[in-house]
Amino acid sequence: MMQQITLQHILLLSTALFFIGVFGLLTRRNMIAILMSIELMLNSVNINFVAFNKYLYPEKLDGVFFFLFVITVAAAEAAVAIAIIIHLYRYNKQIDVSETEEMRY
Amino acid sequence: MNEGLIVTFLLCLPLSAFVVIRLFTGRRWQIFSGYLSTLVLALTTFFAFIMAWQYFFVYGKMDGAYALFVPIDMNWLVFTNDLSINFSIIIDSISVMMLLVVSFISLMVHVFSLAYMKGEQRYGYYFAYLSLFTFAMLGLVLSGNLFELFMFWELVGISSYLLIGFYYTKPSAVAAAKKAFLVTRFADFGFLIGILMLGGVANNFDIVQMIRSIAQQQALWEGAGTSFLGMSVLTWACLLLFMGAAGKSAMFPLHIWLPDAMEGPTPVSALIHAATMVVAGVYLIARFFPVFQMDATVLYVIAIVGAGTALFAAIIACTQADIKRVLAFSTISQIGYMMLALGVDDSLNGLHEGYTAAMFHLFTHAFFKSLLFLGAGAIIHTVHTNDMHEMGGLRKQMPVTHISFLIACLAISGIPPFSGFFSKEAILSAAYSNHKWLYAIGVVTAAITAFYMFRLYFSIFWNKPLSPVFIKKEGSWLIRIPLIILAVLVLITGFIPFGNFISANGKPLPLEVHFGFSVIPVSLSVLGIFYAAVLYYQQNNLPALLEKSFGWFYITIRQKFYIDEVYLFITHKIVFNVIGNTTAWIDKNIVDGLVNWSAGITYQFSVLIKKVQSGKIQQYVLYFLLGVLCLLAVVLYNN
Repeated sequence: MMQQITLQHILLLSTALFFIGVFGLLTRRNMIAILMSIELMLNSVNINFVAFNKYLYPEKLDGVFFFLFVITVAAAEAAVAIAIIIHLYRYNKQIDVSETEEMRY
Repeated sequence: MNEGLIVTFLLCLPLSAFVVIRLFTGRRWQIFSGYLSTLVLALTTFFAFIMAWQYFFVYGKMDGAYALFVPIDMNWLVFTNDLSINFSIIIDSISVMMLLVVSFISLMVHVFSLAYMKGEQRYGYYFAYLSLFTFAMLGLVLSGNLFELFMFWELVGISSYLLIGFYYTKPSAVAAAKKAFLVTRFADFGFLIGILMLGGVANNFDIVQMIRSIAQQQALWEGAGTSFLGMSVLTWACLLLFMGAAGKSAMFPLHIWLPDAMEGPTPVSALIHAATMVVAGVYLIARFFPVFQMDATVLYVIAIVGAGTALFAAIIACTQADIKRVLAFSTISQIGYMMLALGVDDSLNGLHEGYTAAMFHLFTHAFFKSLLFLGAGAIIHTVHTNDMHEMGGLRKQMPVTHISFLIACLAISGIPPFSGFFSKEAILSAAYSNHKWLYAIGVVTAAITAFYMFRLYFSIFWNKPLSPVFIKKEGSWLIRIPLIILAVLVLITGFIPFGNFISANGKPLPLEVHFGFSVIPVSLSVLGIFYAAVLYYQQNNLPALLEKSFGWFYITIRQKFYIDEVYLFITHKIVFNVIGNTTAWIDKNIVDGLVNWSAGITYQFSVLIKKVQSGKIQQYVLYFLLGVLCLLAVVLYNN
């Protein structure tokens, strides 16, 4: 018999996803990749929302609503981020964050 | 008419002339500024005459003595309940007399300046400053509060500074203005301490109440508990007041600024540095005379300083070649006379002649000295030089100036019946009844005065034939009319029964002319004139021979006894090197060092921590994550 998928499994998945995102955020130099890492982190949070809703309060829909809300915000954020990236590209002719250090002391 | 209203007009008119000229007449309209301020001054003089008439002949007398009135007494600067400085006005015989003198001489100088300063680039500024000066001087003589008096005193000083430095493109004028300002400022430092001492003990700055409370607490003032260096507080305060007065009135050794002040335009010298401002010191002592009277020591000091300065300045005046400098030294000498007269006022024996004599001499001196300076101005205007050796034979060319100058010279030499004779006679008789040796100095000074004034007169108007360079005629009527008016006044002012109007206690004090007494000074003065005539009536080599026979002594006198050099030595060598360099070192290394050190510390610290702000986004994220982890650790640990 197949083992039931429990809340712990899903939390493990989302944690793994989150830290993959953090790792990408800290190590990648390409801004697109950084943006993708941020999306990963957001989605790990979304998984948590849905999972907790399903397992702890099945009679409510708050987690699902929040998940939809986060997706919307994420889409807007991606639009802004891509606009910034394009701008940076026009300005620097590349999108490597390690080369973009104007905003320092 | 209400005297408070007149006083307000008197003060506001010149002030508003100053403001209007500076604000509304630019370079294009500046020709009107002269007319405007002269008109205003004429009005002011008119009011001053009304006031003098009313005071002396209508309401001033009470119980046979001229009383003191305070028509205006307003709250002005209120600091605490105990300490407030009022704006008040004193009307008594000396302030009304000074009002007349200041406004009238100022009017004459304004009229004279209309022609004298014509075509000057800063014509508007000149009249604005003159109006400012007149306002300040009127305020000074009217103020009824010691602090108010001090403020007007400083205002007078600043307008004097502005007018000495009027030709500000000339380095010597700039230096002279600075010198005048600094020397009088040094004296004012003592004056201010004296004010604070008097005010601190009398608990008041109002002059009338101050004098009253000092008189009441005389025992307390001179008590043993309040002495310092063997002198009582009262003595110290009076000496410090006298220091301020000596600075403004150019008494030895603070006289060095006045000869240099002649760098200003000549009418200004006539108004400020001869007739009005420099006698402010005499006026100050007269104003506080009830206080000075209590202390015989201070009066004796004043008499000695006055007599010494009179003699000293008269000797120097014999050797100067610049006609304005001769007049400057004669001013110093004559003010010394006034101080001498105040100092020999012997109230203990009921002889108040000195006070009246000093005021009388102030009054007559204002007219004949301003006449001398305006005459010198007319001469300089015509011949464009200050050096008397380049002049000579000007009598035909400038008849009005010649006659008026001669009258003024006779007056200052004390020849009857000119005004100077009467006032000088009063001073000498006051000195004679008090200290015989001061009288002797006075008589000798009178003879020397006659000598150097006629040296000046003969050198300018006779001596050699007229130089063909000077083809210009005497100035316009605007220049001649003030000379004529002043000359007439010099002829008649001596006959005013001055003692009837002004005396230390307000009661009439007839000044008698004892003909037996006046034989010695007058004959000595005539001798001085005769001697001057021998030397300078015609060009000869006697003066040069005389100079040579005196040798180094002559040179010392011509260098003004090296007083300026002594001052330079003290200020440059001692003050600058010892005090100045030390304080500069402390300032640079300790005061600035502290500030620089703290700035350096901040800089080093910022170098240490600014690496954190690298501009690398991922580093910031890392810090953020670390922070979150720390918070997490704290939260977990606390649970």
